[in-house]
Amino acid sequence: MKVLVSVKRVIDYNVKVRVKSDQSGVDLANVKMAMNPFCEIAVEEAVRLKEAGVAEEIVVVSIGPKSCQEQIRTALALGADRGIQIETDEDLESLAVAKLLAKVVEEEQPGLVILGKQSIDSDNNQTGQMLGALTEMPQGTFASEVAVADGKVAVTREIDGGLQTVSLDLPAIVTTDLRLNEPRYASLPNIMKAKRKPLDTKTPADYGVETAARLKVLKVEPPAERQAGIIVGSVDELVEKLKNEAKVI
Amino acid sequence: MGILVIAEHDNAALKGATLNTVAAAQQIGGDIDLLVAGENCGAAAEEAAKIAGVSKVLVADNAAYAHQLAENLALLVLELADGYSHILASATTTGKNFMPRVAAKLDVAQISDIIAVESADTFQRPIYAGNAIATVQSSDAVKVITVRSTAFDAAATDGSASVETVAAACDAGKSAFVKEELAQSDRPELTAASVIISGGRGMGNGENFELLEKVADKLGAAVGASRAAVDAGFVPNDMQVGQTGKIVAPELYIAVGISGAIQHLAGMKDSKFIVAINKDEEAPIFSVADYGLVADLFEAVPELESKL
Repeated sequence: MKVLVSVKRVIDYNVKVRVKSDQSGVDLANVKMAMNPFCEIAVEEAVRLKEAGVAEEIVVVSIGPKSCQEQIRTALALGADRGIQIETDEDLESLAVAKLLAKVVEEEQPGLVILGKQSIDSDNNQTGQMLGALTEMPQGTFASEVAVADGKVAVTREIDGGLQTVSLDLPAIVTTDLRLNEPRYASLPNIMKAKRKPLDTKTPADYGVETAARLKVLKVEPPAERQAGIIVGSVDELVEKLKNEAKVI
Repeated sequence: MGILVIAEHDNAALKGATLNTVAAAQQIGGDIDLLVAGENCGAAAEEAAKIAGVSKVLVADNAAYAHQLAENLALLVLELADGYSHILASATTTGKNFMPRVAAKLDVAQISDIIAVESADTFQRPIYAGNAIATVQSSDAVKVITVRSTAFDAAATDGSASVETVAAACDAGKSAFVKEELAQSDRPELTAASVIISGGRGMGNGENFELLEKVADKLGAAVGASRAAVDAGFVPNDMQVGQTGKIVAPELYIAVGISGAIQHLAGMKDSKFIVAINKDEEAPIFSVADYGLVADLFEAVPELESKL
């Protein structure tokens, strides 16, 4: 079975983001970028499926400017076999990304597609589900366990209040949650080897996909600052404040 | 043009988040229909009919919707979508699961996790884990939206909507429910709790979380953790509050032994009141805390428990 993994280049999750003063967006100039943490988990799961003999080939795809090749190379160093970069300088919305991925799915015919549950920049949590709808594939979102057997995949999902297991016909979509696995680090020899693995470059036009934005971002503002609080001197004072001032207990 | 809200329920009862989502729909303005899809969901439908501002409750009672599998539920919503200008669901794991499928099939962009309605086509939503708020305007004919429930007050429950049965039985036939393991806890769920007490690296080890559990039991609170505590192996990561964990906004959040790294603040800074207990008076958590107590948690937490 072939496994397709999509990865996104995003701002490193340790970076404190700054909103631009003209409210046009977040300042990404000279900021450290990295693979979206949920995508790392997706790559790791694909590599584990390969190590378990379930997957034969892992194809990793990323959509974005030339710099996103770094994240594809990272995935290749972790164990993916080849990469596809769909080059665009626009910041695409989930629907456009899903449409492009649907074309890649059509071309590659993977048995399983693994994505992160959401990217930590736009926080949309949409792409995997949209890809499921466009390809008519079933979906196992927010996966904390994935088991492939007999033409089906059993996905244990993190839902509000606990876990739910669903059984999906293959081919299927899986989106990863944090508990699915702990991603490995790329070793130096593997990073060197990854440089020689094949990486195709395409454009949205190659796939005939219209990527115009449907949502117009009118402004981006920093969230409201919290009012500075007070330091209490004792537990008694704290309990008294919570009861009488805040009235929350 | 009307608004279709998809109710969140477990067949027996309506989930509270639905009330917040109806409140968001009221702010958009227009006739609000509520869809209750499930199996033997009569009780949930009855409750739904009492929500103020709802003009009609559509009930789709079929085995295909028993566990609200995304594939089937999305097909049902698509069947009913005609004539609605807005389709709303709560940004819970259920809503997040099926709504993007609806949006993709309608060929529209989804607006996730809105925290404010500015007009019928303009909404505010947090990005970068709440470190920026984007105001977005949709040019799509149908707006598919998920609503962050902690950002809207619950709608009243003094209404009397008419109830209509929907016959459609949509089954994509590609997915099946196997089992569900719901956490057997008397404590409320993290994302729905009105009080949360969380521990960080300062707790020292997993056993010490018992100190927090005792306080939680007295307050009817949920227990959370910072990423540092999860990474150190003190507690499982479904307890993690933060950018890569759960985003919460309770009435009261008590942070114990948590320094307040930005990843953690991103998950809880919309809490109404924040209390920090930390022995390091320089800890960044004190800059967002309404009430700070500089003290050793191993003395302060048991004392807090005894005084509640």
